[in-house]
Amino acid sequence: MIKKLSKLIKDFTLNELRTGLKITAKELVNKKITVQFPEERTPISPRFRGLHALRRYPNGEERCIACKLCEAVCPANAITIESEMRDDGTRRTIQYDIDLFKCIFCGFCEEACPVDAIIETQIFDYVFESRQGSIMTKERLLEVGSQNEQAINQAKLEDAKYK
Amino acid sequence: MELWQAFVQILHTLIPWLDGTVASILIILIKAIALVMPLMLVVAYFTYAERKVIGYMQLRIGPNRVGPKGWLQPIADALKLMTKEIIFPTKANIYLFLLAPVLAIAPAIAVWAVIPFDEGIYVTNLDISLLYVLAIGSIGVYGIILAGWASNSKYPLLGALRSASLLVSYEIVIGFALVTVVMIAGSANLNTIVQAQQGGIVHWYFIPLFPMMIIFFISALVETNRAPFDVVEGESEIVGGTHVEYSGMTFAVFFLAEYANMILMAVLAVVMFFGGWHSPFEAIPYFENVFAWVPGIIWLLAKTTFFMFLYLWVRATFPRFRYDQIMHLSWKVFLPITIIWIFVVALMTRLQLGPWF
Repeated sequence: MIKKLSKLIKDFTLNELRTGLKITAKELVNKKITVQFPEERTPISPRFRGLHALRRYPNGEERCIACKLCEAVCPANAITIESEMRDDGTRRTIQYDIDLFKCIFCGFCEEACPVDAIIETQIFDYVFESRQGSIMTKERLLEVGSQNEQAINQAKLEDAKYK
Repeated sequence: MELWQAFVQILHTLIPWLDGTVASILIILIKAIALVMPLMLVVAYFTYAERKVIGYMQLRIGPNRVGPKGWLQPIADALKLMTKEIIFPTKANIYLFLLAPVLAIAPAIAVWAVIPFDEGIYVTNLDISLLYVLAIGSIGVYGIILAGWASNSKYPLLGALRSASLLVSYEIVIGFALVTVVMIAGSANLNTIVQAQQGGIVHWYFIPLFPMMIIFFISALVETNRAPFDVVEGESEIVGGTHVEYSGMTFAVFFLAEYANMILMAVLAVVMFFGGWHSPFEAIPYFENVFAWVPGIIWLLAKTTFFMFLYLWVRATFPRFRYDQIMHLSWKVFLPITIIWIFVVALMTRLQLGPWF
């Protein structure tokens, strides 16, 4: 009886509604947590697997030796490699394509690579403007690598102690 | 009003060949434009305020890209809606389909004709203006029902049916709640009702009619299809209700009508229960003189803004009611309370209680 009466009083004084309104009123003046994306960014792990890049040695020689381990390990068959012997007798790729539509960004290619040539950078906001654009050719991969050399080295350095 | 007379005089001297009829039609037109243009602007920025307030309550920022702090967002929205294509459903009746938004917005604007903004500032002064508000206000539902029917599609039809039954239930409650005000004020003229509340905050009707004020506000939420009673749109249940088949400007007109109705209900709450244009500092010795220079229309707009904020606050807080719960609320809770309170008010009036009678 008392319980019923107290419930009735609570209902008619809009008790629960007022509690809800109080909470939203409090949040109205609280600090906002939105991250304004292009200007601000959320922190990214050094192991983040984003857009691919091919790296070079500090003397400018490209690292990739066309061993095709990445092509073999790629679960999505996204990598296509053709190789040839260069004039100085070393084996190098003449074609190194990654189809980003096929790629699942698993990072196996990076793990398989014996010379740390193919890696995945922290870049995640990129666009293609044509359907052909999804295929990252060797030139474009090397370009990504040279443009983001510092960021790549930094990420590798941060991750090194956990490896 | 003197200002208005002077304006009419100037109009006559500037264009002397104007005879009585043409001049009066011109004056009516000017009055209508002076009312509708600011209203549309307020509606546009009300949508902005809604997105901002709800965003802030959810710890977001809300629109902030178009213009400084997002101030041009409503303009961008309006331009987008105006330039979008209007798609007609293949089997819809195009005439009814296009008539529906017109039927929705015409009453929403027409009701504003009797709202008193300040002592003597109104478009028209009807003796039964409250009845006019209730009558024209309910015509707005024809637009929604017609939209649901003319779309020839199942979800709009469901939305229209829900809207019709909600309106039938809550029109009664609103009517009863406002009858108590009429009983106290002794008039159905909105001007007279506001004048009767003169003499400080204790004379405002929300004190003797507190439960009625709450019930009126909640019923107003239902009438204007606002959250938590927006079952007519009900995105999660019936996709978008009556708005499903509407796009571009036809949709925008529905949107305008809905928001014009919301603002109207806020103004009506102020006029009926919160002393209209009267200053809250009336009859308080020192403050009365300090705030004496503030025109009444500012007080009215300030109070209205509070109620408009309340709409957004409620929307950001509560989840949607189930349909049968809304019906239960109307018939089994609100209607008995209002009827009982009518008798209470009758008793209070008879006994001359308080400063209100």
